[in-house]
Amino acid sequence: MGENSLLNKERPPVFCPGCAHERVLKTLDRTLVSMGLAGHQIAMVSDIGCSGLFDTFFNTHALHGVHGRVLTYAAGLKLCRPDLTVVATMGDGGLGIGGAHLLAACRRNLDMTLLVLNNFNFGMTGGQCSATSPPDAVLSSGFLNRVERPLDLYRVAAAAGAPFVARCSAYQADLPAVMEAAIRYKGFAIVEIQGICPGRYTKRNKLTPEMIEANVRASGAVNGEIAGNAREEYGSAYRRQCAGLQPVSRPRKIEARFTPPARQRQAAAILGAAGQGIVTAGEVLALACLSGGLHVTQKNDYNITVLRGPSVTDINISPEPIDYTGTSQPKIIVALAAEGVERRRAMLAAAGPEALVLAAAGVALPDTRARVVTVDFKKAGIRRQDWALASLAWLAQQNIVITPGMLEAGLAERFKAPVVSSLKAMMEKVVE
Amino acid sequence: MGLSLLEGNEAIGWGALDAGCRFFAGYPITPATSVFNTMLRLLPPAGGIVIQGEDEIASMGYCIGASMAGVKAMTATSGPGISLYSEHISFAISSEIPLVIVDVQRLGPSTGSATKGADGDVQFLRWSNTGGCPAIVLAPVDAADCYTLTIRAFNLAETYRCPVFLASNKEIGLTKEAVDLDACEKPAPVDRLYCPEGRTCLPFAPAEGRDVPYFLPIGGERLSRQTSSTHGENGYITTVPTEIAAQIERLERKLTAAVDAYAYHSADLQADADTLLLTYGVTARAARRAAAELRAEGRRVSLAVLKTLWPSPENLIRQLAQPVRRVLVCEMNNGQYSREVERVLRDKTVVHVGHMNGMLVSPERIKEAYHG
Repeated sequence: MGENSLLNKERPPVFCPGCAHERVLKTLDRTLVSMGLAGHQIAMVSDIGCSGLFDTFFNTHALHGVHGRVLTYAAGLKLCRPDLTVVATMGDGGLGIGGAHLLAACRRNLDMTLLVLNNFNFGMTGGQCSATSPPDAVLSSGFLNRVERPLDLYRVAAAAGAPFVARCSAYQADLPAVMEAAIRYKGFAIVEIQGICPGRYTKRNKLTPEMIEANVRASGAVNGEIAGNAREEYGSAYRRQCAGLQPVSRPRKIEARFTPPARQRQAAAILGAAGQGIVTAGEVLALACLSGGLHVTQKNDYNITVLRGPSVTDINISPEPIDYTGTSQPKIIVALAAEGVERRRAMLAAAGPEALVLAAAGVALPDTRARVVTVDFKKAGIRRQDWALASLAWLAQQNIVITPGMLEAGLAERFKAPVVSSLKAMMEKVVE
Repeated sequence: MGLSLLEGNEAIGWGALDAGCRFFAGYPITPATSVFNTMLRLLPPAGGIVIQGEDEIASMGYCIGASMAGVKAMTATSGPGISLYSEHISFAISSEIPLVIVDVQRLGPSTGSATKGADGDVQFLRWSNTGGCPAIVLAPVDAADCYTLTIRAFNLAETYRCPVFLASNKEIGLTKEAVDLDACEKPAPVDRLYCPEGRTCLPFAPAEGRDVPYFLPIGGERLSRQTSSTHGENGYITTVPTEIAAQIERLERKLTAAVDAYAYHSADLQADADTLLLTYGVTARAARRAAAELRAEGRRVSLAVLKTLWPSPENLIRQLAQPVRRVLVCEMNNGQYSREVERVLRDKTVVHVGHMNGMLVSPERIKEAYHG
């Protein structure tokens, strides 16, 4: 088909006689050629159904995927190849199954064009009703289309934020001009093209080009930019957001520079409530241990709610790399709220006399054989959300697991200097 | 030598960055979300792209588009997301699209427990496509593995033009541990073989002496053709049985015939051992402890940790098990990989050790099974 066509000589178009898709295919070809585009500048992207034949029939880049997902492939391509002209085709079947992707594409506004070849039924699978079937059509889905409403793509797309929407007949004379405007539009452009499916739809329903044109006119759709939806194209906005980002530095390494109080495998658990900074305190403890040349693992257990429910952190500490990360019976249990105590009731019950329970005053404990030390953080003027960090200060004072130097190193890894200063001031209030 | 405190999921992000990944799309799901968070922190400043998909199906679709554009792409999810990925896993396998898919497994079935671990997807990943074709599945044991195996996953995806799964586990992904990324094994990044300049390459014709076709990116000077339909070498739909069979057999052969080259594992074998603890994933850590304690009791026991689960490294498994009478397959499920080991080792006693209750399989449980 030479220089005047981008159609694929190896795979000439084959549609049912009288199918509107063939007209649209040829119109698209003429449009792309008249725009001066070469095959390698275009990606034809399609999915399942008769509209999914388009990519095969073009001598361009071609990607054909699974039903309703065409816009996802098109977006991946366009994000990575911003200069590529990306034209996606889908049918009214793909419109239904790919609805979430359509809405996302409208909201996102990547510079690509979607042609929705609407022939009001599933042609390829035998004429079932689709998202756009009129309620009075006679289709192979029995009465099902009579009891639901067709989707108005134009209005849905406009409501979802598409900046360019057109509704056309496959037979209207200015279809090439509408297609060209859509392809040239710097943003997401949708062209719904209504046409006849002679293989299925018009076997039992009367539909002519004149009727389609009348329907399109009667819908009152104004083709082109949607007032209020025009905005910066997504790829351009994305790249602008990224332009000033600084490269991320590699994970900080903590050198071993302290001698820890003990060099043996042990476990600690902090039992509290959401909002008490339990996980953060666990992290500080873990970082402090690293500064003592110890290996650690930290696991957290909390509910999805923020500021409500239990929060527990389990720390394993060892001079050797840690294999099994399940917490053995911890030697140190910090109990700061009833919620966490309840979550680890079995752990407290199983604790032996070698274990230490550091409990905040007012937190009831189940019967335990462990040595219990109660600290009245409240009386010391420490806010409840600081109790977890304050309990680390108590442990450091006693040289249990960590030393004051290790704790300071852990705090310095986790927080900025001014925060460390205020935390240290808070921690000074902790007395045995 | 200093250590960093990292989650397994963060280590995956660093591995991806170092492997040359520059596209990530994902949908929030516990316990995989921190892979997404890490990629969002690392990629955009490095010139990469991170997208939050409207759902998991879309996330995979974006990755497929990006990979076909020639960019190394990754996504991450958990079991419920793998369910939704399935149609695009089939597409990526059938159409030889390089991708890395991270599954930070959580307790199933169904939406299960978001914050409890399991290795419940191990057979699901193997059979996740509609053609029954093989896929590569790697299983990390710890944060260091998360880093190294992510790079390996990209290299395998590029080498064999296929999706590669990283079967992690909440117990690895969300556990922070001491690790030195600079001390981790860092394989040199591998890139897919592009069709040589001046050559015409059919989209699915294997390159000379290989079972893998050359790649042409969509958007390059030369036209690229990609399809999810049953296709011949030319990338067009075909109904010719010999063409169909040739393509599907090649999809199988390119991975299974080569598995010895990527049968990653570690082995700690004892001469005269009667029993082999064969394990993978987080349970390998308990098995390591169990082996040490059994040896301290004077028992002879061998330990092998598989890091390549699929295609199953049959030669390796036979070789590891050859000296022993009995193999205990320790895994955090109700008996999934043990089925495969039974299939491979027909002349051995194969015993499954594991459970599905949200708890780690403990060293004690493995020792009990050892003692029978």
